[in-house]
Amino acid sequence: MAAPAPPSGPLGGILAVVARQRELSLLVVMLVLGAFVAIQAPQFLSISNLTQVTVLASIIGVAAVGQALVVLTRNVDLSVESTMGLVAFVVADVLAQRLLDMPVAIAAGLLLGLILGMINGIVVGALRVPAIVATLGTLSIYRGIVFLLAGGKQVTLTDLPEGYTALARANVFGIPLFFVIALIIVVVAAIVLRQTRFGRQIYAVGSNPEAAEILGIRAGLVTFVAFSACGLLAGLAGVLWGMEFGTINATSATGVTLQVVAAVVVGGVAIFGGSGTVVGAGLGALFLGFISNSLVLLRFSQFWLLAIYGVVILAAVALDGYLLRRLQRSTARSRAR
Amino acid sequence: MTSKRIGRVMALVSAAALLAAACSSPGSSAAPSAAASVAPSAAASAGGSAAAGDLNIVFIPKAVNNPYFDAAAEGGEKAATELGGKFTQIGSQGSTAAEQIPFIQDATTQGYSAIVVSATGADEVAPSLKAAKDAGIKVVGYDSSPAEGAYDVFVNQTDFSLIGGAMAQWACDLATDCTGEIAILSATATATNQNAWIADMETALKDPKFVNLKLVETVYGDDDATKSTTEANGLLQKYPNLKVIVAPTTVGILAAAQVVKQAGSAVKVTGLGLPNDMKAFVKDGTTPKFGLWSVPDLGYLAYYVAAKLVTGEITGAPGETFSVPGLNNDQPYTIGEKSVVILGPPFEFTPENIDQFNF
Amino acid sequence: MTTAVTTSVSARGRTVLSSFVRWETLLIVLVLGLIWVGTTVSPVFLTPRNFTNLVTAVIEVAIIALAMTLIIIAGEIDLSVESMAGLSCALLGFLFAAGIPLEVGIPAVLLVGALGGLLNGLLVTRFGLPSLVVTLGTLALFRGLALGILGPKGVTGFPESFTSFGFGTVPGTPIPWPFLIFLGLALVLGIVLHGTWIGRQIYAVGKNAAAARYSGVRVARIKLWLFVLSGVVSALAGVILTARFASARADIGQGMTLTVVTVVLLGGVNIFGGRGTIPGVALAALVLAILGNVLRLTNISAEIQSISVGLLLIISVVIPNLAHQAKSAMDRARGGRRTSAGSVGPGEVVSP
Repeated sequence: MAAPAPPSGPLGGILAVVARQRELSLLVVMLVLGAFVAIQAPQFLSISNLTQVTVLASIIGVAAVGQALVVLTRNVDLSVESTMGLVAFVVADVLAQRLLDMPVAIAAGLLLGLILGMINGIVVGALRVPAIVATLGTLSIYRGIVFLLAGGKQVTLTDLPEGYTALARANVFGIPLFFVIALIIVVVAAIVLRQTRFGRQIYAVGSNPEAAEILGIRAGLVTFVAFSACGLLAGLAGVLWGMEFGTINATSATGVTLQVVAAVVVGGVAIFGGSGTVVGAGLGALFLGFISNSLVLLRFSQFWLLAIYGVVILAAVALDGYLLRRLQRSTARSRAR
Repeated sequence: MTSKRIGRVMALVSAAALLAAACSSPGSSAAPSAAASVAPSAAASAGGSAAAGDLNIVFIPKAVNNPYFDAAAEGGEKAATELGGKFTQIGSQGSTAAEQIPFIQDATTQGYSAIVVSATGADEVAPSLKAAKDAGIKVVGYDSSPAEGAYDVFVNQTDFSLIGGAMAQWACDLATDCTGEIAILSATATATNQNAWIADMETALKDPKFVNLKLVETVYGDDDATKSTTEANGLLQKYPNLKVIVAPTTVGILAAAQVVKQAGSAVKVTGLGLPNDMKAFVKDGTTPKFGLWSVPDLGYLAYYVAAKLVTGEITGAPGETFSVPGLNNDQPYTIGEKSVVILGPPFEFTPENIDQFNF
Repeated sequence: MTTAVTTSVSARGRTVLSSFVRWETLLIVLVLGLIWVGTTVSPVFLTPRNFTNLVTAVIEVAIIALAMTLIIIAGEIDLSVESMAGLSCALLGFLFAAGIPLEVGIPAVLLVGALGGLLNGLLVTRFGLPSLVVTLGTLALFRGLALGILGPKGVTGFPESFTSFGFGTVPGTPIPWPFLIFLGLALVLGIVLHGTWIGRQIYAVGKNAAAARYSGVRVARIKLWLFVLSGVVSALAGVILTARFASARADIGQGMTLTVVTVVLLGGVNIFGGRGTIPGVALAALVLAILGNVLRLTNISAEIQSISVGLLLIISVVIPNLAHQAKSAMDRARGGRRTSAGSVGPGEVVSP
């Protein structure tokens, strides 16, 4: 999917705004949906419910920001869930055995995430293995390592230091700590993408790797950094996961990759790279969390949840496709004129 | 051509590397287990009588990463040591039939003397268990029953109807004045045990003394810590007036207790759980009472039953009796209808007695 | 310029033919090696019963992998296969429970498989959407429908004649019935892919869709039919699963897609399309089947399997890449014109 050329017709102008403002349209949909749900189920607006939604969405959102960086370079990281699981278990286990202090353990977890991401980055960026193959491989490998470490063991809430899991309930001026963390990460990543040379290189590599090389951008290096950042953020998401759920075993975070990639897609990041924002990815995570919570509160059978997720993903991507086509057509028309 | 030669060399090198990996990762354990399967009696005969020499019993739980089954395995190992038999536990990471069936099939070809299995799905595993029986292997079900006819004996942890009634009573005790909304957090929607217990509990709730308890919903956490947590959270949000969550699964009760505690909610949690998991919650009042049977004893009894089947002491026919040291107050067990043996009544854990248990 | 600059490197040799030969040779060596390991560590490895076991353990994956091979060669992917298998299983159970005989139920779920594939195909070809995302959506959608249809219930009580098809073997042989389906499908798809104009067009589409279109290949139509094929084959796998498990449940097949894709890639199929063979994929399925069997026979825990499969997957691309790089380095050392010949990038078109 090539980045659309700036349109000059009036219709094209409006469409371009809608197409570019995925963030805005997601927000509007969420507000409308939120109002509807709040009428049907007033407890939707309760502090405890909103906290719950944002905390869960923040964990996915942090991972989604990392995934977005990778997807922007025209790659994908399927191993995020295994990275999250491995980091969550190692940190929890180390804390349960009182081997390290909490801040040190958390830092070690982030470092572990970074290393796992760097391994992905080396395999994709330097060894030139297609990302989907490489991360499908590390998805199995990292999960296998968790199983080797954990076996039948699980770390439960009562094994962990009090303060660790309490962080999941902590807040900053009433705003859940996790949400603040996710917000900071989205903002920092957005600034890096917008304002720095590296950010522009990410978009360049994703839009057209060959052209980027000709311009002197080292695509392999940019890819490596994107994967490393994704690993670091997946590691952070893993730590947050451990704090939130309290029970950590070998299968923790299984299946999360689907949610993370879905958040990125719904957030308007093009799967073939080069276009999209981390703000969109973050909002995508929030949106999916919103939907899942709404369905629970509206007492939909949980069995239909997945089907509705599927429809949302298809709708988001179909909308993208539709807008892009209209945009290209109107651009072509205005050019013809 | 050079390029071809390089390719070929590369191919050889990589094949060698892969083979080395395949051989070396088994490494330490491959050789001994090969020896063991050639002569299964070799290891065991050192330990005991001639009959016990053939005891080579494999446990196949639903999944190998579950503390519940590790506790049961402890009991099985203890029995193996006492009887001078071999104990092996194998199984998959996930608790699905698709993953469990190959383990049953491969255990069959390896010629174990008995397979002790917790069925991921009663009907799904039945054909492969029947094949094992046809091959002369004794099949004992434990924890979760395979379909009738696919096992020689099923060792049931407790009389199922007792659990349903007990859970209704616990819910009643924990809800103030035995009044208010209660909800169930179960394992997978297709879990044989949980569905049977829930059905019994629903029957029990029809009793006039429970008339003010209202069961609002049953949700499924799939015996996955994360999913159970999410579902328990959902219950708290959906039903602000909820009084009790009943979770007839060790994963579910732990998740529900954690959620309630972290949310600072007044909801009480009960159901079936492992004492070690629940100790802290029993003491802080989140889960003032819950129940279970002795899980190590379940594994212990299952191993004994398998051993007795192998030696021919019992055949699994209803009406046969046998005794197992230290169990059932040293009274003999009688094999009941459908070849089921019941370990004993469920046990109620309370703040007063919880510290006596370690599993 | 050297090949090293292209990001989409995955070349497995200079010409398509030589890369096939080399990769499949390696797989055969691997299979023989694993058989050797198997016979060394377990006396039961070479028994007929064990053959049955190791084949049935991966049979549904292997069957779906055949259809996936064609889709990936054509440059697309179908992540929804596992959910389609689950949907087919759930629907078959639902129909059976409603009293509809299997003779009607099975064709009906295969039809639903075709429709599901058609949905994927239309979204990809008509609307020009990336298949990775479309099938990610239908992965959730189909599973959700399966859960919605069957809910918490499982359906059992299928007739013996049906279940013995899933579990039994051809009388007098250790060959499980579903293996015949695999063989038949492999034969048909192998001939179509490697021996007909349709196959040549599939390769052409995967190598360069635009070029194929200009040379008269109906790209959209081919892709559409491949998705339909994938849907039907996945539904068929769902039917086999139902028979083998003697029961229908909505959660059946979960996680299977990753194994299917792994088998296909391990079989030497290029993830970007244009390259791969049916025999390669069949061999890869055999590698996975034997590996799992050997690990279970030696009671080595499953984690080693996921680690070794993951490593194999990566190695399967790294080694040909390194070989390719070494070769071009050598060509460069020789200098002159050969360099340019050696630097045909994998993202570029290899002229047929």
